[in-house]
Amino acid sequence: MKSSKIKRREFIKVVGLSGGGLFLASYVSFQDALAKPGDDPKIFTPSVYLKIDSNGIVTIIVHRSEMGQGVKTALPMLVAEELEVDWEKIVIEQADADKKYGSQTTGGSTSIRRSWEPLRVAGATARVMLITAAANKWNVAIENCEAEKGFVINNLNNEKLSYGDLVEEASKLPVPKGIKLKDPNDFKIIGKRVHRVDTPDKIYGIAKFGIDIVIPGMYYAAVKRCPTFGGRVSNFDATKSKSLSGVFDVVQISNGVAVIADSTWRALNGKDALNVDWDLGPNSQINSKDIHNELVKKSKTDGFKFQSRGDVDTEVEGEKLLEAVYEVPFIAHAPMEPMNCVAKFEHGKAELWAPTQNPQNARSEVAKALTISEDDVTVHVTLMGGGFGRRLVSDFAVEAAEISKATGKPVKLTWTREEDMKFGWYRPPSMHTLKGSVDNEGKPLKFSHHVIAPSIIQMRFSPNLPPHQYDIFEGTDNIEYQIPNFKIAGTVIPTHVPISWLRSVYNTQNPFAIESFIDEMASAAFMDPVEFRRNMLPDDSRLKNVLNVAAEKSGWGIGKILPKGRGRGIALFKGYDSFCAQVAEVTVNGNDLEVNRIVAVIDCGIVVNPDLVESQMEGSIAFALSAALKGKITIENGGVKESNFDDYEILTYNEMPKVEFHYIKNNYSVGGVGEVGVPPCAPALCNAIFAATGKRIRKLPIKLS
Amino acid sequence: MPKYTLTINQKKQTVDVDKGTPLLWILRDNLNLTGTKYGCGEGICGSCVVHINGKVDRACILNVEDVVNNSITTIEGLAEQPNHPIFKTWIELEVMQCGYCQPGQIMTLAAMLEKNPKPSRKEIDDAMDNVLCRCGTYQRIRKAVDKLVEEGQ
Repeated sequence: MKSSKIKRREFIKVVGLSGGGLFLASYVSFQDALAKPGDDPKIFTPSVYLKIDSNGIVTIIVHRSEMGQGVKTALPMLVAEELEVDWEKIVIEQADADKKYGSQTTGGSTSIRRSWEPLRVAGATARVMLITAAANKWNVAIENCEAEKGFVINNLNNEKLSYGDLVEEASKLPVPKGIKLKDPNDFKIIGKRVHRVDTPDKIYGIAKFGIDIVIPGMYYAAVKRCPTFGGRVSNFDATKSKSLSGVFDVVQISNGVAVIADSTWRALNGKDALNVDWDLGPNSQINSKDIHNELVKKSKTDGFKFQSRGDVDTEVEGEKLLEAVYEVPFIAHAPMEPMNCVAKFEHGKAELWAPTQNPQNARSEVAKALTISEDDVTVHVTLMGGGFGRRLVSDFAVEAAEISKATGKPVKLTWTREEDMKFGWYRPPSMHTLKGSVDNEGKPLKFSHHVIAPSIIQMRFSPNLPPHQYDIFEGTDNIEYQIPNFKIAGTVIPTHVPISWLRSVYNTQNPFAIESFIDEMASAAFMDPVEFRRNMLPDDSRLKNVLNVAAEKSGWGIGKILPKGRGRGIALFKGYDSFCAQVAEVTVNGNDLEVNRIVAVIDCGIVVNPDLVESQMEGSIAFALSAALKGKITIENGGVKESNFDDYEILTYNEMPKVEFHYIKNNYSVGGVGEVGVPPCAPALCNAIFAATGKRIRKLPIKLS
Repeated sequence: MPKYTLTINQKKQTVDVDKGTPLLWILRDNLNLTGTKYGCGEGICGSCVVHINGKVDRACILNVEDVVNNSITTIEGLAEQPNHPIFKTWIELEVMQCGYCQPGQIMTLAAMLEKNPKPSRKEIDDAMDNVLCRCGTYQRIRKAVDKLVEEGQ
């Protein structure tokens, strides 16, 4: 591992200077951004995702951001599978922000789903071109040649040529179209527990995350921001700050006042020494209670009818009616690496090293803020210490770029943990009114759900968003349960608190309410929660299948009765082209809750790397448990009250339950795995608490007292 | 500006920093030892765990005056043994995700196992519960610790 790493670095140095080669027009529609054929015959560049040099070194370019989910391993697996190359000999390079790659936005569990076809096509097309080049050299038919482990073999005489030897010849060939991809049954790399490529550097402490980047002449920056959302700087006095040793400059930027110094510590001290008068803006009196009251008020209305079938209003004789209100608060992403960015503005051009999930957005936002062309902004994507959606917003990149422009110095901006907590883009709060009924045979008759929440899209992008496009319906519109009378409605409330996407977004909210209420309906019908759900799902349903597997693997309903205070709950979720069932097992002793075990079953179609799927499931469960057990951001006087991990706690080592992971083996097309494990966790947990205690949890974070 | 001589990974290093500068920022900014991570600055999260004379401590709440005349070990120091059983087990069991907290996890574990290769369940839980991981690698950390303890490493 170590030696291949050294080789990789040297190699990057070499190829960094050369562009060129040939590209495939057959699947990439961004031709203009690419080099012309034949620029450099020593490097075969058959696609934006791939290059091979005359030494036979294969470089795969990862265009999505590595934030722990493993794309730096999984995406190259797709290329390597079709290319027929030794996995160990691949060099992996992180792409800069560039539209030639298509979308680079690392969110919505899309990296594998959107890359599944193009990356395999890239590998397969390169392979075919290399085979063709060899066949031409040997003057034999293509059918007599095959590719294996970075070589083309002539089956007539067992002669072989390495890919490196074929680079020049292959670069001259026309790009073939309509290449046939492998049958999944022939996969050699896809489906294997391939080790993560980024582990050694990270555990040895030598990997460079955004916060670790150093560039020549760099200063360290800190920003003082207004304590209320919507406030701004009235004026400031930097005298004291500037008198501190090491403080180089103090400048005002859009988001506040920035100090640059010769170390992070001195920048932080310089920031603390600033005297800023704030115009607190229109929101300085707003508290969490006001937002809660607004949710309550709107929950009494009907909302916009988004989906309906049958009739949820007319009374049916003998039906048992039930109604419940669920509520969740603002929560923060709180990745372990706080926001940060390195920026250099020089001669009208900006260069950034950004831990971003959204490199092209960072590029355009920086261009806008500095009033320069996007062509004059380079964004290098660094490793990142978690993302969870926070790094889809480019505020930290814009701040760093503004500071560099205003001071004329390259800077590294580091947010403190407190700033990361207080100036986030939070998962919005929501309230959910659910009504339903069951008949006297235990069958569901009615189900209606009114979700009330601020809309991320409306707040950030589209103030006049028409109701049928509300994002708040995410997680309500994919319910497979066959209930004859059914209605989904929604109401958007305004928010002054910045909100954004957090791992699985509104799926952290709606499925919590829905899957909990389905449990309430099962209970009203005196039905077993698994049986009740099973009866509502069609036989060919993949959701029903994961339900059945989860029930079986967890020992649901079989054998011994659970001891007193112990309970099991189940919840289902489908989304991101995947299906997930979770069974939670808890022990409740008075007000003490222990999550003992979670059995998680996923059907995500073809599994690219089972180990990464499993780690995403474990991570999703930990993330969901943090939110369910602890997560709450409080708004006080227009700003965030919480400040660090002491008052915004996350799950700890001892609180992590045993996760038993199972996946369904099939050949359905690939589904997303980074988020699908989050939504079912909280309702499974709360349903388990109900099973253990008879107490229904309708508000997060969970409070037993 | 005062000069301080620190012993880091068995090498003497002289730094010019203000009185009261946390060790964390000296390691990161002055010495480019960026394996020690900034996570909370308050000694809560454990991303910045280093060894001071072999014992676990948090670089973000240790001032430079606190650590002169002490032997400081960072993750880079531990990584001078790339085949250390902890690293091998971490790779084998594919423990990490984003990796940001992992130096803190590994340094915490290394100090515990150095002192006692067969810690009790409670000792393990008490030590490891102090290092936060947002990706949720706890289950794999537990498996790795159990394996190392079982093998008496």
